[in-house]
Amino acid sequence: MSGLPSALLSISALKKSFGTRLLLDVANLHLEAGKIYALTGDNGSGKSTLLRILAGLEKPDALHGRFDNQTVNGTDYLPALRREIIYVHQHPYLFNTSVAANIEYGMKMRGMDKGQRQRLAEDAILWAGLQHVINVAPKRLSGGEKQRVALARAKVLSPRLLLVDEPTANLDRAAREQIVELLQQTASANNCVVVACHDREIIDLPEVVILHLEGGRIKS
Amino acid sequence: MSAAIQEAFVLLFTGDPDLWRIIWVSLKVSLSALLIATPPAVLLGFFLATTPFRGRRLCVVILQSFLSFPTVVVGLVLYLVLTRNGPLGNLNLLFTQDAMILGQAIIAFPVLAAATLAAVQGADRIVRETALSLGATRSTAAFTTLFEVRFAVMAGLFNGFGRVISEVGCAMMVGGNIAGLTRSIPTAISLETAKGEFAQGIALGFVLIVLALAVNAALNFFQGEGGMK
Repeated sequence: MSGLPSALLSISALKKSFGTRLLLDVANLHLEAGKIYALTGDNGSGKSTLLRILAGLEKPDALHGRFDNQTVNGTDYLPALRREIIYVHQHPYLFNTSVAANIEYGMKMRGMDKGQRQRLAEDAILWAGLQHVINVAPKRLSGGEKQRVALARAKVLSPRLLLVDEPTANLDRAAREQIVELLQQTASANNCVVVACHDREIIDLPEVVILHLEGGRIKS
Repeated sequence: MSAAIQEAFVLLFTGDPDLWRIIWVSLKVSLSALLIATPPAVLLGFFLATTPFRGRRLCVVILQSFLSFPTVVVGLVLYLVLTRNGPLGNLNLLFTQDAMILGQAIIAFPVLAAATLAAVQGADRIVRETALSLGATRSTAAFTTLFEVRFAVMAGLFNGFGRVISEVGCAMMVGGNIAGLTRSIPTAISLETAKGEFAQGIALGFVLIVLALAVNAALNFFQGEGGMK
Protein backbone atom coordinates (compact mmCIF):
# COMPACT_ATOMS: atom_id res chain seq x y z
CA MET A 1 0.00 0.00 0.00
CA SER A 2 1.68 3.17 -1.11
CA GLY A 3 0.08 6.15 0.57
CA LEU A 4 1.37 9.63 1.16
CA PRO A 5 3.56 9.64 4.29
CA SER A 6 1.25 11.89 6.28
CA ALA A 7 -2.01 10.40 5.04
CA LEU A 8 -4.47 9.48 7.76
CA LEU A 9 -6.44 7.44 5.27
CA SER A 10 -5.08 6.24 2.00
CA ILE A 11 -7.20 4.19 -0.38
CA SER A 12 -5.55 2.58 -3.38
CA ALA A 13 -8.55 0.60 -4.56
CA LEU A 14 -12.22 0.82 -3.69
CA LYS A 15 -14.92 -0.59 -5.93
CA LYS A 16 -18.66 -0.70 -5.51
CA SER A 17 -21.24 -1.78 -8.05
CA PHE A 18 -25.00 -1.89 -7.94
CA GLY A 19 -26.11 -4.55 -10.38
CA THR A 20 -24.14 -3.97 -13.55
CA ARG A 21 -23.46 -0.32 -12.78
CA LEU A 22 -20.01 0.42 -11.38
CA LEU A 23 -20.72 3.31 -9.00
CA LEU A 24 -17.31 3.70 -7.38
CA ASP A 25 -13.86 2.90 -8.75
CA VAL A 26 -11.63 4.92 -6.44
CA ALA A 27 -7.88 4.43 -6.79
CA ASN A 28 -6.39 7.53 -5.27
CA LEU A 29 -8.01 8.81 -2.12
CA HIS A 30 -5.61 10.35 0.39
CA LEU A 31 -6.90 12.16 3.44
CA GLU A 32 -4.52 14.03 5.71
CA ALA A 33 -5.02 14.98 9.33
CA GLY A 34 -5.78 18.60 10.03
CA LYS A 35 -7.74 19.16 6.85
CA ILE A 36 -11.35 19.59 5.86
CA TYR A 37 -12.37 17.95 2.61
CA ALA A 38 -15.47 18.77 0.63
CA LEU A 39 -16.65 15.76 -1.33
CA THR A 40 -18.58 17.13 -4.27
CA GLY A 41 -20.30 15.52 -7.23
CA ASP A 42 -23.66 15.26 -8.90
CA ASN A 43 -26.62 13.62 -7.22
CA GLY A 44 -26.17 9.87 -7.52
CA SER A 45 -22.43 10.15 -8.09
CA GLY A 46 -21.77 7.96 -5.04
CA LYS A 47 -20.77 10.52 -2.40
CA SER A 48 -22.94 9.03 0.33
CA THR A 49 -22.02 5.49 -0.68
CA LEU A 50 -18.32 6.32 -0.44
CA LEU A 51 -18.75 7.82 3.03
CA ARG A 52 -20.88 4.87 4.14
CA ILE A 53 -18.25 2.41 2.92
CA LEU A 54 -15.50 4.30 4.78
CA ALA A 55 -17.70 4.20 7.89
CA GLY A 56 -18.28 0.46 7.54
CA LEU A 57 -22.01 0.83 7.00
CA GLU A 58 -21.93 -0.54 3.48
CA LYS A 59 -19.81 -3.33 2.03
CA PRO A 60 -17.58 -2.53 -0.92
CA ASP A 61 -16.87 -5.07 -3.64
CA ALA A 62 -13.16 -4.48 -3.11
CA LEU A 63 -11.13 -2.34 -0.73
CA HIS A 64 -7.41 -1.88 -0.28
CA GLY A 65 -5.90 0.88 1.75
CA ARG A 66 -4.44 2.05 4.98
CA PHE A 67 -5.91 3.93 7.92
CA ASP A 68 -3.31 5.39 10.23
CA ASN A 69 -1.06 2.37 10.79
CA GLN A 70 -3.67 -0.26 10.02
CA THR A 71 -3.98 -2.03 6.73
CA VAL A 72 -7.50 -2.16 5.38
CA ASN A 73 -7.95 -5.05 3.01
CA GLY A 74 -10.92 -6.97 1.73
CA THR A 75 -14.53 -6.31 2.45
CA ASP A 76 -14.71 -7.04 6.19
CA TYR A 77 -14.66 -3.84 8.17
CA LEU A 78 -12.14 -3.69 10.99
CA PRO A 79 -13.99 -3.35 14.31
CA ALA A 80 -11.23 -1.04 15.56
CA LEU A 81 -12.06 1.46 12.83
CA ARG A 82 -15.57 1.93 14.24
CA ARG A 83 -13.98 3.76 17.17
CA GLU A 84 -11.94 5.99 14.86
CA ILE A 85 -14.34 6.84 12.05
CA ILE A 86 -17.76 8.37 12.61
CA TYR A 87 -20.41 8.99 10.01
CA VAL A 88 -23.05 11.69 10.47
CA HIS A 89 -26.12 11.05 8.34
CA GLN A 90 -27.76 13.73 6.18
CA HIS A 91 -30.86 13.48 8.37
CA PRO A 92 -29.28 12.42 11.67
CA TYR A 93 -31.22 10.03 13.84
CA LEU A 94 -31.47 11.09 17.45
CA PHE A 95 -32.35 8.41 19.94
CA ASN A 96 -35.68 8.83 21.67
CA THR A 97 -34.15 9.77 25.02
CA SER A 98 -32.70 13.20 25.81
CA VAL A 99 -30.21 15.46 24.08
CA ALA A 100 -27.61 14.70 26.76
CA ALA A 101 -28.20 10.94 26.53
CA ASN A 102 -27.74 11.15 22.77
CA ILE A 103 -24.40 12.88 23.21
CA GLU A 104 -23.35 10.36 25.86
CA TYR A 105 -24.28 7.30 23.75
CA GLY A 106 -20.92 6.83 22.01
CA MET A 107 -19.02 7.43 25.23
CA LYS A 108 -21.17 4.81 26.95
CA MET A 109 -20.30 2.37 24.16
CA ARG A 110 -16.65 3.06 24.91
CA GLY A 111 -17.12 2.20 28.57
CA MET A 112 -16.52 5.69 29.98
CA ASP A 113 -17.76 6.23 33.52
CA LYS A 114 -20.90 8.25 34.10
CA GLY A 115 -19.21 11.27 35.65
CA GLN A 116 -16.81 11.69 32.76
CA ARG A 117 -19.62 11.20 30.24
CA GLN A 118 -21.71 13.88 31.88
CA ARG A 119 -18.84 16.36 32.00
CA LEU A 120 -17.96 15.83 28.35
CA ALA A 121 -21.61 15.97 27.32
CA GLU A 122 -22.04 19.30 29.14
CA ASP A 123 -18.99 20.68 27.31
CA ALA A 124 -20.34 19.40 23.99
CA ILE A 125 -23.73 20.98 24.64
CA LEU A 126 -22.04 24.34 25.27
CA TRP A 127 -19.81 23.89 22.21
CA ALA A 128 -22.79 23.26 19.94
CA GLY A 129 -24.92 25.98 21.54
CA LEU A 130 -27.61 23.53 22.60
CA GLN A 131 -28.23 24.78 26.14
CA HIS A 132 -31.73 25.96 25.27
CA VAL A 133 -32.87 22.51 24.04
CA ILE A 134 -31.49 20.18 26.71
CA ASN A 135 -34.98 19.50 28.07
CA VAL A 136 -36.65 19.22 24.69
CA ALA A 137 -37.42 15.79 23.22
CA PRO A 138 -35.00 15.19 20.33
CA LYS A 139 -37.84 14.55 17.90
CA ARG A 140 -39.08 18.09 18.54
CA LEU A 141 -35.80 19.71 17.48
CA SER A 142 -35.42 21.58 14.21
CA GLY A 143 -33.26 20.19 11.39
CA GLY A 144 -30.38 22.50 12.30
CA GLU A 145 -30.58 21.61 15.99
CA LYS A 146 -30.59 17.91 15.15
CA GLN A 147 -27.48 18.38 13.03
CA ARG A 148 -25.79 20.22 15.90
CA VAL A 149 -26.66 17.44 18.35
CA ALA A 150 -25.31 14.88 15.87
CA LEU A 151 -22.08 16.86 15.42
CA ALA A 152 -21.70 17.28 19.19
CA ARG A 153 -22.37 13.54 19.61
CA ALA A 154 -19.62 12.78 17.11
CA LYS A 155 -17.09 15.42 18.20
CA VAL A 156 -17.22 14.38 21.82
CA LEU A 157 -15.73 11.03 20.73
CA SER A 158 -12.74 12.74 19.09
CA PRO A 159 -12.89 10.65 15.92
CA ARG A 160 -9.78 10.57 13.74
CA LEU A 161 -12.00 10.77 10.68
CA LEU A 162 -15.39 12.47 10.72
CA LEU A 163 -17.60 11.84 7.70
CA VAL A 164 -20.52 14.24 7.39
CA ASP A 165 -23.16 13.73 4.73
CA GLU A 166 -24.86 16.87 3.37
CA PRO A 167 -25.07 18.58 6.78
CA THR A 168 -26.50 21.83 5.47
CA ALA A 169 -29.07 20.46 3.02
CA ASN A 170 -32.54 21.91 3.60
CA LEU A 171 -31.37 24.26 6.35
CA ASP A 172 -31.94 28.01 6.45
CA ARG A 173 -29.04 30.43 6.18
CA ALA A 174 -28.53 30.96 9.92
CA ALA A 175 -28.58 27.22 10.62
CA ARG A 176 -26.16 26.59 7.74
CA GLU A 177 -23.72 29.15 9.11
CA GLN A 178 -23.83 27.53 12.56
CA ILE A 179 -23.12 24.09 11.07
CA VAL A 180 -20.23 25.41 8.94
CA GLU A 181 -18.72 27.07 12.00
CA LEU A 182 -18.97 23.83 14.01
CA LEU A 183 -17.38 21.85 11.18
CA GLN A 184 -14.48 24.31 11.07
CA GLN A 185 -14.01 23.95 14.82
CA THR A 186 -14.12 20.15 14.58
CA ALA A 187 -11.08 19.78 12.34
CA SER A 188 -7.85 19.61 14.34
CA ALA A 189 -4.24 18.57 13.83
CA ASN A 190 -5.09 14.99 14.75
CA ASN A 191 -8.19 14.40 12.73
CA CYS A 192 -9.77 15.19 9.42
CA VAL A 193 -13.29 15.97 8.33
CA VAL A 194 -14.88 14.95 5.04
CA VAL A 195 -18.12 16.71 4.16
CA ALA A 196 -20.23 15.54 1.25
CA CYS A 197 -21.96 18.67 0.02
CA HIS A 198 -23.10 20.98 -2.72
CA ASP A 199 -23.04 24.01 -0.43
CA ARG A 200 -20.87 26.92 -1.63
CA GLU A 201 -20.55 28.11 1.97
CA ILE A 202 -18.49 24.99 2.66
CA ILE A 203 -16.84 24.50 -0.73
CA ASP A 204 -15.60 28.11 -0.81
CA LEU A 205 -13.94 28.01 2.62
CA PRO A 206 -10.22 28.73 2.16
CA GLU A 207 -9.09 25.73 4.22
CA VAL A 208 -11.28 23.25 2.39
CA VAL A 209 -9.78 20.78 -0.08
CA ILE A 210 -12.15 19.74 -2.86
CA LEU A 211 -12.53 16.09 -3.78
CA HIS A 212 -14.77 15.81 -6.82
CA LEU A 213 -16.43 12.49 -7.52
CA GLU A 214 -17.20 11.90 -11.16
CA GLY A 215 -17.70 8.66 -13.03
CA GLY A 216 -16.88 6.81 -9.82
CA ARG A 217 -13.42 8.36 -9.58
CA ILE A 218 -11.99 11.08 -7.33
CA LYS A 219 -10.64 14.18 -9.03
CA SER A 220 -8.83 16.49 -6.63
CA MET B 1 -82.33 -5.22 35.40
CA SER B 2 -81.80 -2.08 37.48
CA ALA B 3 -81.88 -4.25 40.61
CA ALA B 4 -79.12 -6.41 39.12
CA ILE B 5 -77.01 -3.36 38.36
CA GLN B 6 -77.56 -2.03 41.86
CA GLU B 7 -76.56 -5.40 43.33
CA ALA B 8 -73.48 -5.50 41.05
CA PHE B 9 -72.19 -2.26 42.52
CA VAL B 10 -72.95 -3.46 46.04
CA LEU B 11 -70.84 -6.58 45.35
CA LEU B 12 -68.01 -4.46 43.97
CA PHE B 13 -67.87 -1.81 46.64
CA THR B 14 -68.56 -3.96 49.68
CA GLY B 15 -65.55 -6.10 48.83
CA ASP B 16 -67.44 -9.33 48.13
CA PRO B 17 -64.71 -11.99 48.65
CA ASP B 18 -65.93 -14.33 45.87
CA LEU B 19 -65.99 -11.51 43.35
CA TRP B 20 -62.56 -10.15 44.28
CA ARG B 21 -61.13 -13.68 44.32
CA ILE B 22 -62.26 -14.04 40.68
CA ILE B 23 -60.65 -10.70 39.78
CA TRP B 24 -57.42 -11.73 41.56
CA VAL B 25 -57.28 -15.09 39.69
CA SER B 26 -57.79 -13.31 36.37
CA LEU B 27 -55.07 -10.75 36.98
CA LYS B 28 -52.64 -13.32 38.35
CA VAL B 29 -53.15 -15.73 35.44
CA SER B 30 -53.01 -13.06 32.72
CA LEU B 31 -49.99 -11.18 34.08
CA SER B 32 -48.10 -14.45 34.68
CA ALA B 33 -48.86 -15.52 31.11
CA LEU B 34 -47.52 -12.24 29.76
CA LEU B 35 -44.42 -12.52 31.92
CA ILE B 36 -43.70 -15.95 30.44
CA ALA B 37 -44.57 -15.12 26.84
CA THR B 38 -42.92 -11.70 26.50
CA PRO B 39 -39.17 -12.52 26.41
CA PRO B 40 -39.32 -15.32 23.79
CA ALA B 41 -41.98 -13.48 21.75
CA VAL B 42 -39.95 -10.26 21.62
CA LEU B 43 -36.83 -12.22 20.68
CA LEU B 44 -38.67 -14.07 17.91
CA GLY B 45 -40.22 -10.86 16.56
CA PHE B 46 -36.84 -9.15 16.58
CA PHE B 47 -35.16 -12.14 14.93
CA LEU B 48 -37.76 -12.31 12.17
CA ALA B 49 -37.51 -8.57 11.56
CA THR B 50 -33.74 -8.42 11.35
CA THR B 51 -32.49 -11.77 10.08
CA PRO B 52 -32.98 -12.78 6.47
CA PHE B 53 -33.20 -16.56 6.02
CA ARG B 54 -34.88 -19.05 3.76
CA GLY B 55 -38.48 -19.55 4.86
CA ARG B 56 -38.67 -16.29 6.78
CA ARG B 57 -41.74 -15.12 4.87
CA LEU B 58 -43.52 -18.39 5.65
CA CYS B 59 -42.67 -17.98 9.35
CA VAL B 60 -44.14 -14.46 9.31
CA VAL B 61 -47.32 -15.69 7.61
CA ILE B 62 -47.70 -18.50 10.17
CA LEU B 63 -47.09 -16.08 13.04
CA GLN B 64 -49.66 -13.62 11.71
CA SER B 65 -52.16 -16.45 11.17
CA PHE B 66 -51.93 -17.31 14.85
CA LEU B 67 -53.19 -13.81 15.64
CA SER B 68 -56.66 -14.82 14.56
CA PHE B 69 -56.52 -18.35 15.91
CA PRO B 70 -59.64 -19.10 18.01
CA THR B 71 -58.70 -19.31 21.68
CA VAL B 72 -61.05 -22.24 22.14
CA VAL B 73 -58.95 -24.26 19.68
CA VAL B 74 -55.82 -23.42 21.71
CA GLY B 75 -57.78 -24.65 24.73
CA LEU B 76 -58.79 -27.83 22.94
CA VAL B 77 -55.24 -28.67 21.85
CA LEU B 78 -53.88 -27.89 25.30
CA TYR B 79 -56.65 -30.00 26.87
CA LEU B 80 -55.67 -32.96 24.69
CA VAL B 81 -52.02 -32.50 25.64
CA LEU B 82 -52.67 -32.11 29.38
CA THR B 83 -55.46 -34.63 29.83
CA ARG B 84 -54.62 -37.75 31.85
CA ASN B 85 -53.96 -39.82 28.72
CA GLY B 86 -52.23 -36.97 26.88
CA PRO B 87 -48.48 -36.58 26.32
CA LEU B 88 -48.13 -34.29 29.36
CA GLY B 89 -50.91 -35.86 31.41
CA ASN B 90 -48.49 -36.99 34.13
CA LEU B 91 -47.85 -33.32 35.02
CA ASN B 92 -51.41 -33.09 36.43
CA LEU B 93 -51.82 -29.55 35.17
CA LEU B 94 -55.33 -29.80 33.80
CA PHE B 95 -57.87 -27.63 35.66
CA THR B 96 -55.18 -25.64 37.44
CA GLN B 97 -54.10 -22.03 37.22
CA ASP B 98 -50.81 -23.23 35.68
CA ALA B 99 -52.73 -24.73 32.76
CA MET B 100 -54.58 -21.43 32.32
CA ILE B 101 -51.29 -19.51 32.42
CA LEU B 102 -49.82 -21.85 29.81
CA GLY B 103 -52.85 -21.43 27.56
CA GLN B 104 -52.86 -17.67 27.87
CA ALA B 105 -49.09 -17.50 27.24
CA ILE B 106 -49.68 -19.41 23.99
CA ILE B 107 -52.47 -16.98 23.05
CA ALA B 108 -50.40 -13.89 23.92
CA PHE B 109 -47.23 -15.12 22.19
CA PRO B 110 -48.18 -14.31 18.56
CA VAL B 111 -49.65 -10.94 19.57
CA LEU B 112 -46.38 -9.91 21.22
CA ALA B 113 -44.13 -11.39 18.53
CA ALA B 114 -46.11 -9.79 15.68
CA ALA B 115 -46.08 -6.41 17.44
CA THR B 116 -42.30 -6.59 17.89
CA LEU B 117 -41.85 -7.72 14.29
CA ALA B 118 -43.91 -4.80 12.98
CA ALA B 119 -42.21 -2.30 15.28
CA VAL B 120 -38.66 -3.34 14.41
CA GLN B 121 -39.45 -3.59 10.71
CA GLY B 122 -40.94 -0.12 10.89
CA ALA B 123 -37.85 1.27 12.60
CA ASP B 124 -35.59 3.15 10.26
CA ARG B 125 -32.36 1.41 9.20
CA ILE B 126 -30.64 4.58 10.33
CA VAL B 127 -31.27 3.70 14.01
CA ARG B 128 -28.99 0.68 13.79
CA GLU B 129 -26.49 2.50 11.59
CA THR B 130 -26.28 5.41 14.01
CA ALA B 131 -25.61 3.05 16.89
CA LEU B 132 -22.95 1.17 14.91
CA SER B 133 -21.30 4.38 13.75
CA LEU B 134 -21.09 5.60 17.34
CA GLY B 135 -19.22 2.47 18.34
CA ALA B 136 -21.93 0.03 19.36
CA THR B 137 -21.36 -3.66 18.75
CA ARG B 138 -23.87 -5.47 16.56
CA SER B 139 -25.70 -6.87 19.59
CA THR B 140 -25.75 -3.50 21.38
CA ALA B 141 -27.02 -1.86 18.20
CA ALA B 142 -29.78 -4.47 18.11
CA PHE B 143 -30.76 -3.67 21.71
CA THR B 144 -30.67 0.04 20.90
CA THR B 145 -33.07 -0.53 18.01
CA LEU B 146 -35.38 -2.52 20.27
CA PHE B 147 -35.21 0.23 22.88
CA GLU B 148 -36.12 2.82 20.25
CA VAL B 149 -39.31 0.92 19.37
CA ARG B 150 -40.15 0.21 23.01
CA PHE B 151 -43.47 2.08 22.90
CA ALA B 152 -44.70 0.03 19.95
CA VAL B 153 -43.60 -3.17 21.69
CA MET B 154 -45.38 -1.97 24.81
CA ALA B 155 -48.51 -1.42 22.74
CA GLY B 156 -48.27 -5.08 21.73
CA LEU B 157 -47.94 -6.01 25.39
CA PHE B 158 -51.09 -4.10 26.28
CA ASN B 159 -52.92 -5.65 23.34
CA GLY B 160 -51.78 -9.07 24.51
CA PHE B 161 -53.06 -8.31 27.99
CA GLY B 162 -56.41 -7.24 26.56
CA ARG B 163 -56.65 -10.46 24.57
CA VAL B 164 -55.83 -12.85 27.43
CA ILE B 165 -57.74 -11.16 30.25
CA SER B 166 -60.94 -11.31 28.23
CA GLU B 167 -60.62 -14.73 26.58
CA VAL B 168 -63.03 -17.37 27.74
CA GLY B 169 -62.57 -20.41 25.50
CA CYS B 170 -59.16 -21.61 26.60
CA ALA B 171 -59.61 -20.61 30.25
CA MET B 172 -62.86 -22.58 30.41
CA MET B 173 -61.41 -25.71 28.78
CA VAL B 174 -58.12 -26.04 30.64
CA GLY B 175 -59.12 -24.21 33.84
CA GLY B 176 -62.49 -25.86 34.32
CA ASN B 177 -64.04 -22.76 35.91
CA ILE B 178 -63.54 -24.10 39.44
CA ALA B 179 -64.81 -21.62 42.05
CA GLY B 180 -62.01 -20.02 44.06
CA LEU B 181 -59.31 -21.71 41.99
CA THR B 182 -59.63 -21.30 38.24
CA ARG B 183 -62.74 -19.15 37.91
CA SER B 184 -61.69 -16.02 36.03
CA ILE B 185 -63.63 -12.91 35.03
CA PRO B 186 -64.79 -14.09 31.57
CA THR B 187 -65.57 -17.67 32.67
CA ALA B 188 -67.49 -16.36 35.69
CA ILE B 189 -69.50 -13.96 33.52
CA SER B 190 -70.33 -16.82 31.17
CA LEU B 191 -71.42 -19.11 34.00
CA GLU B 192 -73.40 -16.55 36.00
CA THR B 193 -75.24 -15.33 32.91
CA ALA B 194 -76.16 -18.90 31.97
CA LYS B 195 -77.60 -19.31 35.49
CA GLY B 196 -79.58 -16.10 35.15
CA GLU B 197 -77.53 -14.46 37.94
CA PHE B 198 -76.72 -11.15 36.34
CA ALA B 199 -75.37 -9.12 39.29
CA GLN B 200 -71.95 -10.77 39.50
CA GLY B 201 -71.69 -10.83 35.69
CA ILE B 202 -72.42 -7.10 35.49
CA ALA B 203 -69.92 -6.33 38.26
CA LEU B 204 -67.20 -8.37 36.53
CA GLY B 205 -68.07 -6.86 33.16
CA PHE B 206 -67.64 -3.44 34.75
CA VAL B 207 -64.20 -4.49 36.02
CA LEU B 208 -63.22 -5.65 32.51
CA ILE B 209 -64.32 -2.32 31.04
CA VAL B 210 -62.35 -0.39 33.69
CA LEU B 211 -59.30 -2.57 32.95
CA ALA B 212 -59.66 -1.94 29.21
CA LEU B 213 -59.86 1.81 29.82
CA ALA B 214 -56.87 1.72 32.20
CA VAL B 215 -54.80 -0.28 29.70
CA ASN B 216 -55.63 2.14 26.89
CA ALA B 217 -54.90 5.15 29.09
CA ALA B 218 -51.52 3.65 30.03
CA LEU B 219 -50.80 2.91 26.38
CA ASN B 220 -51.60 6.47 25.39
CA PHE B 221 -49.42 7.82 28.15
CA PHE B 222 -46.41 5.70 27.20
CA GLN B 223 -46.84 6.28 23.47
CA GLY B 224 -47.16 10.00 24.01
CA GLU B 225 -43.96 11.89 24.57
CA GLY B 226 -41.86 9.39 26.44
CA GLY B 227 -42.07 11.63 29.47
CA MET B 228 -40.54 14.69 27.76
CA LYS B 229 -42.12 17.90 26.62
